[in-house]
Amino acid sequence: MSISLTVNGRPHQVDVDPATPLLYVLRDDLALNGAKYGCGLGQCGSCTVVVDGEAVLSCMVPVMLLEGREITTIEGLGTIEEPGPLQQAFIELQAAQCGYCIPGMMMSAHALLRRNARPSDAEIREALATNLCRCGTHMRILAAIRRAGELMQAASLPKADKGRAG
Amino acid sequence: MGILQQEITRRTVIAGTGGLVVSFSLGRAFAQAPAPPAPPAPPASLPGSLDDDRFLDSWIRVDPDNSVTVFTGKAELGQGIRTALLQVAAEELEVDPQEIEFVTADTGRTPNEGFTAGSQSMQNSGTAIRNAAAQVRALLLAEAAKRFGVAAAELRAENKSVLAKDGRSVSYGELVSGQMLHVEAQPQSALKQPGTFRVMGKALPRVDIPAKVTGRAAYVQDLRLDGMLHARVVRPPSPAATLAELDQGAAEAMPGVVSVVRDGNFLAVVGEKEFQAVSAMRALAAAARWQERDTLPDQATLPAVLQGLEREVGTVAEAGVLSSNGKVFEATYTRPYQIHGSIGPSCAVAHMKADGTLDVWSHTQGVFPDRGAIAEMLAMPEEKVHVIHMEGSGCYGHNGADDAAADAALIASKIPGKPVRVQWMREQEHSWEPYGPAMLMKVSATLDDQGKIASWAYDLWSNTHSTRPGGAGALLAARHKAQPFQPEPAELRISPSGNGDRNANPLYTIPNKRVLWHFLPDMPLRVSALRALGGYANVFAIESTIDELALMAEADPVEFRLSHMEDPRARAVIELAAERFGWDKAQMPRNRGRGFAFARYKNLAAYLAVAMEAEVEPETGRVRVARVVSAIDSGEIVNPDGIRNQTEGGILQSISWTLYEAVAFDRTRITSTDWSSYPILRFASVPDSVEVNIIERPGEPFLGTGEAAQGPAAAAVANAIRNATGKRLYDLPFTRDRIRNAVGGA
Repeated sequence: MSISLTVNGRPHQVDVDPATPLLYVLRDDLALNGAKYGCGLGQCGSCTVVVDGEAVLSCMVPVMLLEGREITTIEGLGTIEEPGPLQQAFIELQAAQCGYCIPGMMMSAHALLRRNARPSDAEIREALATNLCRCGTHMRILAAIRRAGELMQAASLPKADKGRAG
Repeated sequence: MGILQQEITRRTVIAGTGGLVVSFSLGRAFAQAPAPPAPPAPPASLPGSLDDDRFLDSWIRVDPDNSVTVFTGKAELGQGIRTALLQVAAEELEVDPQEIEFVTADTGRTPNEGFTAGSQSMQNSGTAIRNAAAQVRALLLAEAAKRFGVAAAELRAENKSVLAKDGRSVSYGELVSGQMLHVEAQPQSALKQPGTFRVMGKALPRVDIPAKVTGRAAYVQDLRLDGMLHARVVRPPSPAATLAELDQGAAEAMPGVVSVVRDGNFLAVVGEKEFQAVSAMRALAAAARWQERDTLPDQATLPAVLQGLEREVGTVAEAGVLSSNGKVFEATYTRPYQIHGSIGPSCAVAHMKADGTLDVWSHTQGVFPDRGAIAEMLAMPEEKVHVIHMEGSGCYGHNGADDAAADAALIASKIPGKPVRVQWMREQEHSWEPYGPAMLMKVSATLDDQGKIASWAYDLWSNTHSTRPGGAGALLAARHKAQPFQPEPAELRISPSGNGDRNANPLYTIPNKRVLWHFLPDMPLRVSALRALGGYANVFAIESTIDELALMAEADPVEFRLSHMEDPRARAVIELAAERFGWDKAQMPRNRGRGFAFARYKNLAAYLAVAMEAEVEPETGRVRVARVVSAIDSGEIVNPDGIRNQTEGGILQSISWTLYEAVAFDRTRITSTDWSSYPILRFASVPDSVEVNIIERPGEPFLGTGEAAQGPAAAAVANAIRNATGKRLYDLPFTRDRIRNAVGGA
């Protein structure tokens, strides 16, 4: 069955079983690496993507529910050449060890920071409640998300303000 | 194929040319060095892994196009080793890190450095690359000196060129010729001095992180080959189950299914697309009937089970005469089976090609041993199997990586011509990875009337902590085949770096002691290396005991440790952690406590001390570590941020093991098969701050970092809970039930 999807602003037609979880469509049909298989049970958060502004576990959502909705993966946040604020912050603070859980963390954070660019530590922890990290990178992940919020705010300020702030 | 051919060519060349060029070139490069030894003399010992792979061009290649390639047999496991090794090479070669092509573990291209394990990559590979790079630089300087007609000391190497004072310069690529770098390394190198470092000692950003945070292909899970198929394995429902009946028709008829593979108790399905393979795996699992047997021990009486499995005793350390005079402290500690629990389940891609050679991409810790085991399983000559390391999710020891590689290889061998990708499901990873072994530790220690430890008897019961390949019998697929391979029998070996007995011998000054490893050859649950091996539980037991002895001696725990410690580097980390933590005698608020612990990893590697503040909720049994301050000395620093990152991670992972983690099982099956039945640390319980202080040791050998925190962090948690509640906890993990039981009525 052919399904239309919008991923990172681009339309796609995929021919898959409509019950296929979004995760497999992203990885297998669209060759996107960002969302990771971790548990397939909605317990670890490594497959997290953003759908219409909300963090969603892509291993749990059948692709048929996503027609006409805006799907964002970390590929949509920027590139190596032009990293977005979240990517910039994670690189700046070296917030990864193996890095496998990190895209899921970043997408949970992306959904949070869209709503609230200056979240408290408790709000960040709450937003990451379903994301597991095994390497113990938690402190850096928290710091990188705070930093990303700062970068986003700085970017959204008018140029004159940025000059004064700097 | 090309890579294999290259390897054969290189090896053939090595065999054919001998070392004639060697003495000639090096004689010039190291004019002050003694003449090369006469041929019959045994070869001189070379630094690090150079001793095993003695030719400079096994490690470093400079090509006429001025490209520089560095090879390591070690693998990036998420620990940042690629970046640290690159820094070492860049420093000694006088080349910018981004100018170097860096090749990691690959049986076709790199030296064989065994396993990436034991926090030894910097000592082994870092030392080898550093010395090889320094010697390559010296050879290039010597060649330039000859061409310019000046002394080598008049020249300097910079940015892939050699520069003369008069402005002449020549690139490395122009200097190399023929077999110039195909020479045996020398025992001594003219290493750069710490004050002159450009790259080493600096927090060079990790080279792998940008790809990982932007969705570039970074893991073996992301490898997509033309025509690649997806496979899933249907594992037995329990460790000893055998396949009694199978109706594979329904699975075979499912969309996209290419093949059902069965070999004895090994069962897998191959599909065109990944989710088709997952769906067919479920159908196949439902259609398989397994004969199960009760082979697992009674979890409720595990310590007695472990004692009953004892077959042999090894003496780890012995001094003086034990006594029971004075004040006595006795205790029994336990540690459960625990998992590596990588967030990404194990994955591999294998391709049996038309020429009969097999390529395997794996996140194994050891491409060469894995190649041997896979070749044995498939009855192929080793040289026809090519294992290439690609990153997986975090490693933390011998996890499912080798088994997934074997799964992919076995499946690929049955459908030649097509690359096959296998990824384990979450429940397969939880159920089938080799676990960190359960352990039992008994201590009996005495204090003399000066408040000093007089006598120390320590007994530990444990399996071996390494069942890595090895032979094919180490691989699940090989064990499940119709013609099964048996695991190699485990043997008790006492070594300086230790195994189950790692860190069992306390580093403190104790005149009379005896440390025994009661060895259990039989493994009721499959076990192998988990980060720090026995060092995690042994340091937990020792450092818990030290705190109790300090209390008995009415001494401050930090002062008590210092009064039993002579090693100045150990004293330095203890003093630094205590100072930065603000360790004093002030009373903690109610239900808050602080704990301290120390160990030198393996008693011969990195020194680490850690202080923690923890809060305990007596009603719920919840413990949260609020603040952590650590100090580490891992020798000369290559990347301080890498050391910090690894140490923070080790501390948090150890807190997770210590508070939450135990494999659960009934008499037949593993029952902790996901993250809800095997919980780990979550953000809600992460500390407010974790501080890592690094002691600089310029010019000292690399000591490695990755595992130093595991033991001390566990003991610091235990000691902080003791301080907060007055109760000593002996059994890992410190679950809410155990805390409530311990503090109940207090």
